[in-house]
Amino acid sequence: MSFSVLGAGVAGLCAATALTERGLDVEVVVPEGATPSVSMLAGGMLAPFCEGEAAPDEIVERGQMAVDWWSSRASSFVKRGTLVVAPPRDRAELDRFARATRSHVRVMPGEMEPELEGRFATGLFFAGEAHMDPREALASLRNILAARGVRFHAGQPAGRIIDCRGHAASGRLSDLRAVRGEMLVVDAPDVHLSRTVRLLHPRFPCYVVPRGAGRYMIGATMVESARSCAITARATMELLSAAYTLHPGFAEAEILETGAGLRPSFPDNIPAIRRHGTRLHVNGMYRHGFLMAPVLAEDLAQSLVQELYYGS
Amino acid sequence: MFYGIDLSSRLMLGTAQYPSPEILKQAIAASGAEVITVSLRREGAEGVAFREILGACGCRILPNTAGCNSAREAVTTAQMARELFGTNWIKLEVIGHADTLQPDPFALVEAAQILCSEGFEVFPYTTEDLIVGEKLIEAGCGALMPWGAPIGSAQGLRNPDALRSMRAHFPDIPLVVDAGIGAPSQAAQAMEMGFDAVLLNTAVAKALDPVGMARAFGLAVEAGFSGHRSGLMHKRDMAVASTPVFGMAELA
Repeated sequence: MSFSVLGAGVAGLCAATALTERGLDVEVVVPEGATPSVSMLAGGMLAPFCEGEAAPDEIVERGQMAVDWWSSRASSFVKRGTLVVAPPRDRAELDRFARATRSHVRVMPGEMEPELEGRFATGLFFAGEAHMDPREALASLRNILAARGVRFHAGQPAGRIIDCRGHAASGRLSDLRAVRGEMLVVDAPDVHLSRTVRLLHPRFPCYVVPRGAGRYMIGATMVESARSCAITARATMELLSAAYTLHPGFAEAEILETGAGLRPSFPDNIPAIRRHGTRLHVNGMYRHGFLMAPVLAEDLAQSLVQELYYGS
Repeated sequence: MFYGIDLSSRLMLGTAQYPSPEILKQAIAASGAEVITVSLRREGAEGVAFREILGACGCRILPNTAGCNSAREAVTTAQMARELFGTNWIKLEVIGHADTLQPDPFALVEAAQILCSEGFEVFPYTTEDLIVGEKLIEAGCGALMPWGAPIGSAQGLRNPDALRSMRAHFPDIPLVVDAGIGAPSQAAQAMEMGFDAVLLNTAVAKALDPVGMARAFGLAVEAGFSGHRSGLMHKRDMAVASTPVFGMAELA
């Protein structure tokens, strides 16, 4: 039996990777003219503990395996933890974040990131977290898959369908909705941050993820809307002013790229595998794509292997 | 009575910032709230999926103009809300300052005049200022929503004396304390003071357990409301024995 993974975003490529690692026959189908995967706009944070601020325990518990999963597959993988800071007047936000999450220690931000010295008196450090460049990570998975003989094509799927098309599958998943997100990539040679830094703010929370060579990804808004236009002026101002609050060096940054995408999300915001007849959906990645795609991919591969060898 | 509508729950809930629509739904159910407010400014017409989830909660929807900074913007947002939700109810919010989120009373009155003349039933988010309140009523508002404290600040009723004056000054106008409520006790306090309802969002949405907190607020609002209706005793300077002193049994 062979499998046709529809979609080459993080859900699809992780699923294909996990399946081929168990010796299953896989092809990846991406129709021509399909919208580019929103995974390309992701932050690339592997932050299961920080996500616990709003996400249920399931994400925190299960997401931890993603850190190891990517470490052996993405060459841009860096494990330097996450630093969380808040401006002095928003200290209450930091305290709330600390209460809502675990596996952190209180730190002096300047001791972790010297350029934040004097700007933030206290912060939280999550040592178990990592980050990577999502585009590199996806390209690496494609290379791994290609090396295993996986065919990428735009034709008719030949095998059992594993539908990982994100928002494009909303016609088959009636409770799938879009949560709009916006981001920027900047070149900021005056800024030297070595790890993901989250700035807590009651209205404009943001995170900054180093992409290497002076580049940073600044994200991300969360809007309950399926509006698919380019980044709005408001989002740009909010994200940049938050980044500027974090580090004044961002004022002179060159804006290399802006992006806006729709996060496919189920009502509980938890990514899931759904079975519709023989078709399997891996969807609803919400803001947990890089964290939960490996988890769901391993679940999926394991259950398919069980089905094949022991019957369903 | 809010524009002819009788509500059995006096708690109104905002719908922003919840961890997920599913948890929001559970929180609404746990709180017993019959009215939920929904913002539109940012989500726009394409926010239909989220609005459908809210519509399925069985609550009366009070759309709001959160995020609007001018009368014109608020009026346009209100018109869009009426079209999308099919209700004349609108919580009118015109923010005067992005940092303090303080209402702009001048733009508020201006927008209220326009909206009332267009048949909207306006719930203006205002300060405890009595003259602004009078102007809003003159404009046609049948309810007022004075702030407890700045939005999201959890400071509770920052100026209880002024709120008490407002209650006394507008005895027949439904008054809803909106914004700044951080704890169930603060909501109960507003209800004990005779306010008709309490509207809040962040205290529930950002609680570590939003559903548990929603339940707590529902109970607190009911307790405060019931306490007010049952006649609260007044403070005294001296102790008053709760056991009668006359007619006591002579035991020796």
